[in-house]
Amino acid sequence: MSSEAAMTAQDYIQHHLTNLTFGWHPEHGLSFAENSADAAAMGFWAVHVDTMFFSLLLGGLFLWFFKSVGAKATAGVPGGAQNFVEWIVDFVNENVRGSFSGQNPMVAPLALTIFIWVLLMNTMDLIPIDLLPFYFQHLMGGMGADPHHVFLKVVPTTDPNTTFAMSLVVFFLVIYYSIKIKGASGFMGELTLQPFGKWGMPANLLLEGINLLSKPVSLSLRLFGNLYAGEMIFILIAMMYGHGIIMDLSAGTLQLGWAIFHILIVTLQAFIFMVLTIVYLDMAHQEHH
Amino acid sequence: MNINLTLILQMISFTAFVWFCMTYVWPPIMHALDERKKRIAEGLAAAERGAKEQELGQQRALEVMHKAKTDAAEIVNQAQRRYNEILDQAKQDATAEGNRLKHAAEAEIEQETNRAREELRERVATLAVAAAEKILQKEIDASAHRELVESFAKQI
Repeated sequence: MSSEAAMTAQDYIQHHLTNLTFGWHPEHGLSFAENSADAAAMGFWAVHVDTMFFSLLLGGLFLWFFKSVGAKATAGVPGGAQNFVEWIVDFVNENVRGSFSGQNPMVAPLALTIFIWVLLMNTMDLIPIDLLPFYFQHLMGGMGADPHHVFLKVVPTTDPNTTFAMSLVVFFLVIYYSIKIKGASGFMGELTLQPFGKWGMPANLLLEGINLLSKPVSLSLRLFGNLYAGEMIFILIAMMYGHGIIMDLSAGTLQLGWAIFHILIVTLQAFIFMVLTIVYLDMAHQEHH
Repeated sequence: MNINLTLILQMISFTAFVWFCMTYVWPPIMHALDERKKRIAEGLAAAERGAKEQELGQQRALEVMHKAKTDAAEIVNQAQRRYNEILDQAKQDATAEGNRLKHAAEAEIEQETNRAREELRERVATLAVAAAEKILQKEIDASAHRELVESFAKQI
């Protein structure tokens, strides 16, 4: 891309891995971060505007579409959109029924939301890597900003904030339902009285504690890692462009191939996140396991 | 790559999405699906009922047809019997009438014959008397010899 022509490869990668961060900078005050150091200096009280924008946009799109279809849903012959929505809802419902043995009307909508939202956010990875940042830079440049300091990450799931947010909500739900179903003492007993019996309490707590805490961490890092790595490959492939026709053609081929393979990852990661959420909640609902 | 306020905002968004989905998206779709499931089940049950009824109807139709066939055969048999009876009756009547006619004719013939014989006898008697008169002329008294002539004529 022409705007990146002057940049080094490292700058290019760095540029693509930096979020559009808005927050309170100790020196510049309330502003957009101009580089990753600025973003780091802003500390905790900063917002990734691009992550928020795209995740809210896609979540809103999902809910708007499903709600408008659901409002018109008939028990008679379904139209195309309703058929599509029912297909997805049925798929999610089958998974919930297969893995979740308890009675909780919250689990299936939760699973549906996770699946579609994550799927949509992951799918943003298939948009050519420079397309949206390029137009965004020109737009902001036209409004007086320095294009080199305008960042845009279009895939919210490559931001650990998004994946950890979801996994933490799931984690809190697991703890909430564990205590609600088994009682506080039952939950503590589950954490401390197995697998070694009451005399091995510290070891039990250590093992079960790690087991419990690893759930949200693995859940979010799996999604984040897969999508982050996938985007990194796209960035590396994109760097091959602009070095002669052979490089351009091979880059195009590679990008196409990786995008096709990435469709699998996009879907699979959304599915895994959903299934694991169901399984974790199922374990939270079970008295013994 | 930094963990920051985005995390909390995303948690709020995610919770809101899940709540929205649970409240406004999931129930109507599930309702439609359940409704359709029920309708399909009802349709299948109705189809099964219809099939059973059809089978029953077919059986009934078969029975009716069978009965109709038996009735028809019965009627044909009766007709046949009746035909035979009528035929026999007619034959008998015809024979009786024929016999009666024959007897009447025979009786008439007999009568005619007798009358003709009587006439002939009288004529012969008369002729014999006339002939005898011619032969005997005055010698023979008609009334005196009448008895003789008549006994003669009776032999004819």
